[in-house]
Amino acid sequence: MIFSRLFSGGLDRRVLLLLILLVAAAIAVPVLNLAVPPSSSFHMPPHAVALLGKYLCYAMLALSLDLVWGYCGILSLGHGAFFAIGGYAMGMYLMRQIGSRGVYGHPVLPDFMVFLNWKELPWYWYGFDQFWFVALMVMLAPGLLAFAFGWLAFRSRVTGVYLSIITQAMTYALLLAFFRNDMGFGGNNGLTDFKDILGFSLQAPATRAALFSTSALMLALAVVATARLVSSKYGKLMVAVRDAESRTRFLGWRPENIKLLAFTISAVMAGIAGALYVPQVGIINPSEFAPANSIEVVIWTAVGGRGTIVGPVIGAIAVNWGKSWFTAALPEVWLFALGGLFIAVTLLMPKGIVGVWEQWRSSLKARRRVAPVPPAEPPAVSPSGPAAAPVTGPALAARPQPAE
Amino acid sequence: MKLTSRASGLLMGATIIAGMMSAGQSFAAEDTIKVGILHSLSGTMAISETTLKDAMLMLIEEQNKKGGLLGKKLEAVVVDPASDWPLFAEKARELISVNGVDAVFGCWTSVSRKSVLPVFEELNSLLFYPVQYEGEESQRNVFYTGAAPNQQAIPAVDYLMNEEGVERWVLAGTDYVYPQTTNKILKAYLVSKGVAEEDIMINYTPFGHSDWQTIVTDIKNFGSAGKKTAVVSTINGDANVPFYKELANQGIKAEDIPVVAFSVGEEELAGIDTGPLVGHLAAWNYFQSVESEANAAFIETWHAYTGNDKRVTNDPMEAHYIGFNMWVKAVEKAGTTDADAVIDAIVGVSVPNLSGGYSTMMPNHHITKPVLIGEIQDDGQFEVVWETPGLVVGDEWSDFLPDSKDLIADWRAPLSCGNFNVATGKCGGKGIN
Amino acid sequence: MILRALCLILLPLLLVAGTARAQDPSLAEIAAKFATAEKFDQTEALVRELGATGDPAVRPLLEALGEGRLQARKSDGAVYIVEGSGKNAKLLDPLTGEEVPDASASGLKKVKVNNGLRRVIRDTLSSLTLGAKNPQARLSAASNMLANPDPAMVEALDAAIAAEEDPAVKQRMQEARAAAVLQSDLPDAEKIAAVEVLGSVGDRNVLSLLAAVEAKSEGDLRRAAERASNNIRSVLAAWDAAQNIWFGISLGSVLLLAAIGLAITFGVMGVINMAHGEMVMLGAYTTFVVQGAVQSIAPNLQDWSLAFALPIAFVVAGAVGIAIERGIIRFLYGRPLETLLATWGVSLVLQQAVRTIFGPTNREVANPSWMSASFEIGQMAITWNRLWIVVFSLAVFALLLFIFNRTSWGLHMRAVTQNRRMAASMGIRTPWVDAFTFGLGSGVAGIAGVALSQIGNVSPNLGQGYIIDSFMVVVFGGVGNLWGTLLGAFSLGIANKFLEPYAGAVLGKIVVLVLIILFIQKRPRGLFALKGRAVEA
Repeated sequence: MIFSRLFSGGLDRRVLLLLILLVAAAIAVPVLNLAVPPSSSFHMPPHAVALLGKYLCYAMLALSLDLVWGYCGILSLGHGAFFAIGGYAMGMYLMRQIGSRGVYGHPVLPDFMVFLNWKELPWYWYGFDQFWFVALMVMLAPGLLAFAFGWLAFRSRVTGVYLSIITQAMTYALLLAFFRNDMGFGGNNGLTDFKDILGFSLQAPATRAALFSTSALMLALAVVATARLVSSKYGKLMVAVRDAESRTRFLGWRPENIKLLAFTISAVMAGIAGALYVPQVGIINPSEFAPANSIEVVIWTAVGGRGTIVGPVIGAIAVNWGKSWFTAALPEVWLFALGGLFIAVTLLMPKGIVGVWEQWRSSLKARRRVAPVPPAEPPAVSPSGPAAAPVTGPALAARPQPAE
Repeated sequence: MKLTSRASGLLMGATIIAGMMSAGQSFAAEDTIKVGILHSLSGTMAISETTLKDAMLMLIEEQNKKGGLLGKKLEAVVVDPASDWPLFAEKARELISVNGVDAVFGCWTSVSRKSVLPVFEELNSLLFYPVQYEGEESQRNVFYTGAAPNQQAIPAVDYLMNEEGVERWVLAGTDYVYPQTTNKILKAYLVSKGVAEEDIMINYTPFGHSDWQTIVTDIKNFGSAGKKTAVVSTINGDANVPFYKELANQGIKAEDIPVVAFSVGEEELAGIDTGPLVGHLAAWNYFQSVESEANAAFIETWHAYTGNDKRVTNDPMEAHYIGFNMWVKAVEKAGTTDADAVIDAIVGVSVPNLSGGYSTMMPNHHITKPVLIGEIQDDGQFEVVWETPGLVVGDEWSDFLPDSKDLIADWRAPLSCGNFNVATGKCGGKGIN
Repeated sequence: MILRALCLILLPLLLVAGTARAQDPSLAEIAAKFATAEKFDQTEALVRELGATGDPAVRPLLEALGEGRLQARKSDGAVYIVEGSGKNAKLLDPLTGEEVPDASASGLKKVKVNNGLRRVIRDTLSSLTLGAKNPQARLSAASNMLANPDPAMVEALDAAIAAEEDPAVKQRMQEARAAAVLQSDLPDAEKIAAVEVLGSVGDRNVLSLLAAVEAKSEGDLRRAAERASNNIRSVLAAWDAAQNIWFGISLGSVLLLAAIGLAITFGVMGVINMAHGEMVMLGAYTTFVVQGAVQSIAPNLQDWSLAFALPIAFVVAGAVGIAIERGIIRFLYGRPLETLLATWGVSLVLQQAVRTIFGPTNREVANPSWMSASFEIGQMAITWNRLWIVVFSLAVFALLLFIFNRTSWGLHMRAVTQNRRMAASMGIRTPWVDAFTFGLGSGVAGIAGVALSQIGNVSPNLGQGYIIDSFMVVVFGGVGNLWGTLLGAFSLGIANKFLEPYAGAVLGKIVVLVLIILFIQKRPRGLFALKGRAVEA
């Protein structure tokens, strides 16, 4: 029922399929992991659950980047920062949950503070023992940073490459800051050795399965939210800003506000992804802020197909699965494979996996039709962004030219 | 609905693929014992860790030549965690639960160790960690074959104080947990020896710091106060080359301001022209120049294995050598590779180290080692100028930090505790719960 | 102390009698004892014994010992100075310095020295060399005495000053004498005179000497010391500021070198070239290979290996750049952000390729002798390698500026970047201009690698360390403007170095990054913004 309502709201079939898949995975994976005996070939081993959960968090991060890059034309090379901040907020909660079970048995201070001789908890650690507060901070902290950053940058009309580079400067500055042990976030080691979340042991398979399901459902939620957003009036404005910022401004809109909204929502989404990621991988540390990580997110999105909703999800899962597989199967040369993949994707599949699929479908359709009708589909049929639109016809004029 | 059926079909397909992906590799022949090697082969740490992967492969090959272990051949499983800390945890999990390895040799940085700790605890497997580290840890599933601070830092400072008459200290390090902790310990130690606070300068730099002009000048100025000055360097791998180049170019000689380093070994020196650095020091538990039969044999095998007689050996390689032999001996003693049995059997196991003596696994999962102080020579090697008279037992909980001085670790039954508090008589830090 | 006292007595004698003295037969006996000395303190005692003879003939022996070239055989007590290594090694007699023709090298072991011993040797040598023939040796002996003053040496220095003819050496000896006087128990009047002498030296060592005097004296002497040290402090503060500016310029030149290739590929062509750092790395590895080749083909040209490396590195990196442009980037014009993805892939491949070929560890690139060590201007030490890098970076900049503004190729490049279609209509072969412009940018990155190999690591990760800074510099300076890159690099360098003493290296860098972010808000197109419609395209 809820699906049919969404459907009428303009979700295309692929997004719907993705949602169904995600919900199904949220149910099936725990069942296959917990209820099916390990001897069965349908049993899902626990490490696979953890791995898939991690991919889903990455997918959500890629989706959040796609919202600003694919739909609004802002190429952020610092999205990893929002992800990491969300992760740190969750990490702080998990640290506080350890309580006196740390190696030194200090009731309040995390271990790294004890051995670096801190006497009391810094003020910014207060409140992180309450889950509701953390849940709030997971969204608020990255959201506020993005708001402040965007407010400054978009109002002074920093665009294109300049914007990309200063987002990179932002995440690099945060990386250096979080490396500092004096910051009180555990320095290079970051936050680790978590015990439990909401009272459930993080090592228990049931907790892991639940975390996986939560990630899948949150991703589904994010997909719905993104799809609704981009098909709303704001979404159209975002695309307008992406394709012709000056024209939008001359028509009386304020591109900076539209961008700011997209950027902030996207940062919140990335923060939530980070928060879900940390309990599943068991560590958060400053290397998540590394500019290279943020560039990788851009690559996932591009590989999947930017300006679409399913694209980044597919891209994130595919690239990361490839990375997991390559690093084990070809440990010595996997970088050749990965680097080659990026080059090949850019050259041969400029619109990503989704674009290739699209092309294949349309050529199939064209063959099925007897007459070579130009694919002049009405815009409502392909609301998932211009990248999903056919290459020929009027859509060509609206080809995305973000950030330049 | 049509869509749903297709969707569930896809999902089924996905799970089957995932299942195969996980199960596929464990069908491999059961008549080998698998050993995991978890060292970064790409990314920033590849520079140090790749050598250790080669060393492990060599050790495994040598063991197989001797007939393997428990009548089976050993099989190495190499993965690349790519200097990416969460990936370390993922790969550790994969090694243990997918590849079914019985022991893992790996990690370099503290953060990578911290990242994999929960995995080893949860899946009850064994990790041999070969690098000097900050201490303040003892875990049931981990064996620390590198040096604890008391096996490296404190003897080095003692040497400088007694033999070179140093009165003024610069503690320079990269800003991460190993230098921070080591410097905390050293500062407490120096103060306890009567060094005034103003005679200690502590300086931290970021990873990969490349512009050392200001800091080297500061060191020079700090050292011209009329008292003999030394630098204790916990500067991490990559930043060392520009640091030493700057030292050499600014003309800081070892006779004036010696630098003693804890992270600079033969491997790091291979990238520097050591001519102007002669006399600067390093503290390790092994140098390639150590004269012993075991070492000569080891170096010869290493050169033969790598096919390159210029390849140097270093301290973490020796740590793997010791760790691997300890594991082999413990498995033979226990008659099985089962983790619990090996953990029980390995405590007390003694194997020859490369400096001509024996190293023993202690109940705190640290080992006994000699401490050597070496001076850099112009051929990129070290010459031992001092060594501890006997073996030093790794002290996991430093006596110089207020919160850890009451803690001990003993993994033998009945105590079986990594952080036993001798003051309260309870396991678990302060024992409040 | 005993040694010093003995020198005190012996030195005037030596100076008066000259150095021609009969060989003391006991020297050989002492030298032979090095073969049996096992501990450092035994060796040290022998060094002191040799020094106590006051015979300059022991100098070569002591020098060789300090440099680790003295070898001995325990079985027969033979001691030689070894010159050269391997098969070409020559065994010299430690006292006469003549080659011993039929000496056997088997069983010879190096006589071990450590830092403490090297210090003793150095002090012994400097007391022996005060009367040396070579003024340079006398100067360094006096400098050493200034740095390590010893009251027992006052009279020896008096004698040396009286005999000295070289004014510079004499000056240094007087300073050394003054430093020694301050440590002695001579009357205050003498010390005040010494303070005056030292006040003009004004380095940190003197400051600490004066502080010691201040602490334990009264009256006129104390006032004189205070006055002198205040003077020195204010002079030092000025020098510190100058030193900081120099450090900033030097860091700026490194940034300029790293960024200037990017200013072409990214700034002028608009390609977000993530593989730029790898071009720098290729240049550095080329230097390594060239040095190795020069070493094996013509070892006496070793000092010139960098000169050979420069053109080769330019060609290697430039060729790789052209290959990348022809193979990948030319398909991506008009899609600048996608060049980011493709070049990121290229950078991964290049890194791994270098790792596979050269191994993951650092490679040693030696500094040629003209790029080693440092010289002093007042209280400021300037290292030669930094100075040459500053000069080099400016030369590269000037050359590029010339190419862009004064050659027809430069005109074509500018035309193509400003309006590709119009340029093509005018008959410019845009594909070739693109390829060669990219090649030029990459080649310049390559020669930057040659210079940067002199101050840092040569490892597969080298490029990664520079890429972010390079982008910051180009964007800060203003895309598309070489002058912007120059100014951007130097202002970031100097800002960084001025912040570092106050905020520390880490915080300083963070502050600079935040400043860049804020600056871009103020000037969204960098320091030197291009104007006109082309910018918006």
